[in-house]
Amino acid sequence: MTDAALIWSYLTQGPLLWLTATLAAYWLGDSFFRMTGRKSWANPVAVAVIVLALVLWSTGTSYKTYFEGAQFVHFMLGPATVALGMPLYDNLSRVRRAALPLAAALLAGSLTAIVSVLVIGKAFGLSATMLASLAPKSTTAPVAIGIAEGLGGEPTITAVLVLLTGMFGAIVVTPLLNLLRVHDWRARGFAVGVAAHGIGTARAFQVNETAGAFASIGMGLNAVLTAVLAPLVLRLFQ
Amino acid sequence: MIPALLILLSFQLAGEVAARSLGLSLPGPVLGLVALVLSCSLRPALAERLRPVVLGLLGNLSLFFVPAGVGVVAHLGEFRSDGLAIAVALMASTALAIAVAALVFVQVVRLTGRGKAEVQE
Repeated sequence: MTDAALIWSYLTQGPLLWLTATLAAYWLGDSFFRMTGRKSWANPVAVAVIVLALVLWSTGTSYKTYFEGAQFVHFMLGPATVALGMPLYDNLSRVRRAALPLAAALLAGSLTAIVSVLVIGKAFGLSATMLASLAPKSTTAPVAIGIAEGLGGEPTITAVLVLLTGMFGAIVVTPLLNLLRVHDWRARGFAVGVAAHGIGTARAFQVNETAGAFASIGMGLNAVLTAVLAPLVLRLFQ
Repeated sequence: MIPALLILLSFQLAGEVAARSLGLSLPGPVLGLVALVLSCSLRPALAERLRPVVLGLLGNLSLFFVPAGVGVVAHLGEFRSDGLAIAVALMASTALAIAVAALVFVQVVRLTGRGKAEVQE
């Protein structure tokens, strides 16, 4: 009979164990998300991250060991970012019809998202690494991670900040825009797509089809614009 | 599936090569995204060819950032010491960005009188 400890040490040598664990934790998170009726606070990624963090902690596994298995999932961020062009392509006619308000709102929203987080962060005396990790927080995670890497931020911190931004944006958008009396579905959707990426977009689709379409336009355009603006704005804060 | 994946990876690869060789600060995949939109507008058949695989990828988009998210275990100290500052910065900035983007959109629609509003019932 083989010792359980031997099997364990064999499994921890290869990528199989942590790749399986990543998919299992996500599946668990997704089931929970469906169970709650897709509430923004029950985000499947948040659940998966907490479950995996607890498993790593209780088994004494380092992040480096974990990542050797999880890197195959992580790699898919690149092709998935390219794939984000498709919703943008599908909505090109809507973009053309509202080109002017879209361009103005995109520039204003994107700049506000980057500048305000840096101003507040700097006022609190956050480190340069933390500021660089915060700057792209409103863009979709695959792009934000790429931007943070380029800026000298910490990609893993950015991933969590992006997640929290999306969750908060999805929760706050409806009461906030009701308060401001913005009733145009295009404006409502676009704003949450620019400020709270995919999680905000998912929320917009739950409320209204037009809002959802404009949210995905906002997410796609802001991914490109933040990649251009974040390095320029961050330079002013260093 | 394979041709579609090959096309997506080629766009990413071309994006990486362009970003590095031109010294751009844009991530390669973002250039790939732009190239995909342009290519699909020029050749709509390409979009239909890619669609099934793209929908599969986008449907599971959030799975792909789980590994990066787990990396937070290595930074719990920073989140503990700067937690309040980070929370205030994130929440205020996100709410501001939503408000500014929505208000600017509505204002520009009003000024230009263009684009029929699709208004909440």
